Amino acid sequence: MARLQMRSDKRLGDIAVWALLLTMPFWINTVGGYTQLGTQVVIVALAAMSLNFLLGYTGVLSFGHAAYFGLGAYGTGLTIKYLVPNTLVGMAVGVLVGMLAAVVLGLVIVRSRGIYFAMLTIAFGQVFYFVAYRWNNVTGGDDGLSGWQRLPVSLGLGTLDITRNGNSFYYFVLVFFVVAVGIMAALLRSPFGRTLLAIRENERRALFLGINTNRHIWVSWVISCTFASLAGTLYALLNNFADPHDLRWDQSGDFVIMAVLGGMRSFWGPLIGAAIFVVLQDYISSQTENWMSFIGVFFMVVVLFFQRGLLGMFRRKSS
Amino acid sequence: MTQLILFNVFNGLIIGAFYALMALGLSLILNLTNVINFAHGGFLAVGGYIAYSLTPYIGFWGGLLLSPILTAVIGLLLESTLIRRLYGRDPLYSLLFTFGLAFVLEDGTRFFWGSATLPFSVPTWMSAPLSLQYFFLTGYRLFMVLLVTATVAALFCILTWTRIGIRIRAGTLDLETVSTLGVNVRLLRNFNFGLGIYLAGLAGVLAAGMLGLQPTIGSDLIMPSFVAIIIGGLGSLPGTLLGGLLIGVASGLTTVFFPSASEVVIYVLMGLVLAIRPRGLLGEEGRF
Repeated sequence: MARLQMRSDKRLGDIAVWALLLTMPFWINTVGGYTQLGTQVVIVALAAMSLNFLLGYTGVLSFGHAAYFGLGAYGTGLTIKYLVPNTLVGMAVGVLVGMLAAVVLGLVIVRSRGIYFAMLTIAFGQVFYFVAYRWNNVTGGDDGLSGWQRLPVSLGLGTLDITRNGNSFYYFVLVFFVVAVGIMAALLRSPFGRTLLAIRENERRALFLGINTNRHIWVSWVISCTFASLAGTLYALLNNFADPHDLRWDQSGDFVIMAVLGGMRSFWGPLIGAAIFVVLQDYISSQTENWMSFIGVFFMVVVLFFQRGLLGMFRRKSS
Repeated sequence: MTQLILFNVFNGLIIGAFYALMALGLSLILNLTNVINFAHGGFLAVGGYIAYSLTPYIGFWGGLLLSPILTAVIGLLLESTLIRRLYGRDPLYSLLFTFGLAFVLEDGTRFFWGSATLPFSVPTWMSAPLSLQYFFLTGYRLFMVLLVTATVAALFCILTWTRIGIRIRAGTLDLETVSTLGVNVRLLRNFNFGLGIYLAGLAGVLAAGMLGLQPTIGSDLIMPSFVAIIIGGLGSLPGTLLGGLLIGVASGLTTVFFPSASEVVIYVLMGLVLAIRPRGLLGEEGRF
């Protein structure tokens, strides 16, 4: 009975989240936001949820997801600027580049665990930052990659104009969000996802059951990074710009804090964390020059007092 | 050409000595408490800035002596009030905490000292070149190498022969057993953390003399220190030292032939080392 109750609670939560996301452009102005901010929340939330696929559901700590996020962004921007002026092709290239990097670096990284894993992901993530930062005449260096913009998408039946920051771009982003989140949810429900949970809970036991844990973690890592680069491509499209900061370790930290703040053990936690973080950052950086201190203190407070995340606390209270 | 290569190798060695000094502090803290101290670069900056403010009153030598100690005191206060609560938890939390602390320290130095680069003056006899042919060999650089060498030697002496040093080394292997043998683990961690931050502060003063001071100095130097630890092998202090020197020389040499890759090369080196030897050069098998 209690289990049935929980399941229906969960379904109610899912419906509420989807309803809020689908209707976002219609209520965001009344709560003081604007559609572009909402779009940003959805994109960043996709990155945080991808990270949480690894962090919360596989139990390994990656502190370098910004690299794949940024690779998606730069892959898209560079393709549209220099190669093919087509939004969808640019996105495909961005995602592929991020995925390839994850595939290769993953081979080295997944052999380690715990803090060693964290340090390797941090360190390897920086490579791409320095490449983007130093390779001035291609990437624009410190100034970022500008001089390109997203283009209308032509589908078989007609063209979709997403060039303005309005509803059409929001729904364009939301489609990718739905597909990516849907795939991750389905994976987590599959035997593969259950195996990941088993590895998270007790890796040694999983090993004894004959599970190749390294390979599972590697696959999970690649999936997670691929969706993070998808988020990166959308982020570049949103701003018509790719920033070397997207690749830097502070950006990785932002994704981790979103997941922790919302609740790593809950599927929607990172979405809530991302919403709070993006709105807060937007507000603070418009109010004070010392926004870094506020964000820093925010990190410290979250770690000291909200370790289980907002959804985690909510769940404990209700049970 | 030879002079250029010599210059860059020597320069790389100095930078490497920095990285090593900083990375040794990080490594000390990491080995005993499993805390990846992201704020280490922030403490380095604080050390440099405190020395900058002190030198008008007590001179360069006074600043060099006092500033790292004050930095260590700040570190100790933070450790014994806040960071201590995160010991034994998932390393995720201490990582995020020190990450936030790094932001606060960087922004704090910007708030107090401004974001412009501040010159940090060393005694004039030090900044003159020692010989005309090897113009890059200033007294200050030589002094830095000597001081770092002495400090590292002292650190290894402490760890090898003093009681507290032996306890730290024992604690990195098995803290629980050390605790049951009647050692006050809390004090041990305090001392260890303070020692690590002292090294960061000292590196900060030295860096200030060479590079000048700006708030981002810490976040610029922290990543190479991570790489130094990884290349040397987690858990091994001699490895960290070796790793620091290696990446310094590697990036110095790259500056000669391909300047824009001087930052990337250390990550390439790390990738190569790990592909061949996953635990790093001197890391123990299976510890991490």
